[in-house]
Amino acid sequence: MSTLHTVNKSPFGNATLSSCLGHCLPGDAVLLIEDAVYGALDGSAMADQVKSRMGEVALYVLDGDLKARGIDAGKLVSGAKCVGYDGFVDLVTEHDRTQSWL
Amino acid sequence: MSDIKKFLYVNRKPPYGTIYALESLEVVLIGAAFEQDVSLAFLDDGVFQLTRGQNTDAIGVKNFSPTFRALGDYEVTKLYVERESLDERGLTEGDLQEITYEDEDDDWEEKPSIRVVSRAEMAEIMADQDVVLSF
Repeated sequence: MSTLHTVNKSPFGNATLSSCLGHCLPGDAVLLIEDAVYGALDGSAMADQVKSRMGEVALYVLDGDLKARGIDAGKLVSGAKCVGYDGFVDLVTEHDRTQSWL
Repeated sequence: MSDIKKFLYVNRKPPYGTIYALESLEVVLIGAAFEQDVSLAFLDDGVFQLTRGQNTDAIGVKNFSPTFRALGDYEVTKLYVERESLDERGLTEGDLQEITYEDEDDDWEEKPSIRVVSRAEMAEIMADQDVVLSF
């Protein structure tokens, strides 16, 4: 049993990603969409917290939202995986439930 | 009975700055008619929804906090509140309104609906659901 968590707010003005990381369990996946894609930037004030969960929680970033914001995938924390809308759908089907962090 | 699902309504916003909190309560009340296994979670700023003594006279919006006390009549009797979220905001359980329900399986004894849980327990509660609805 596992959960897909989606987050859509930038972590630099909002504690939503932080709360999500504090509540997800090993085997879960976190998908960053919309302004939350900034949360995957390596070297940011958020990076250490994100990386601290990456051994047990998979991190995905929605590619279209990343490209829209001009962020190169090479700038992301190591291990973050970019997915398209098709990958988003796959993630929803691969997990038992989806929890949106608004 | 197998079609009863576990629904969790996750509340992470304070009560009056946005419409999220009121909308959540409306959806919970609507959902209660479908006889599912309903729980509510209050974490982060969502814990502010349950403070006692709310008075909205001066801001011109409805004070919906008394409505939480009616949830027991709709068999919504599990309101999980995260202890860490209370602590971070300088609140204790005593700052929250008393919300009770009458337990039909225990001679209608009045019991508290609010259950303060740790962040780790909250994570387990979330992972135990069929459906999670966020507000």
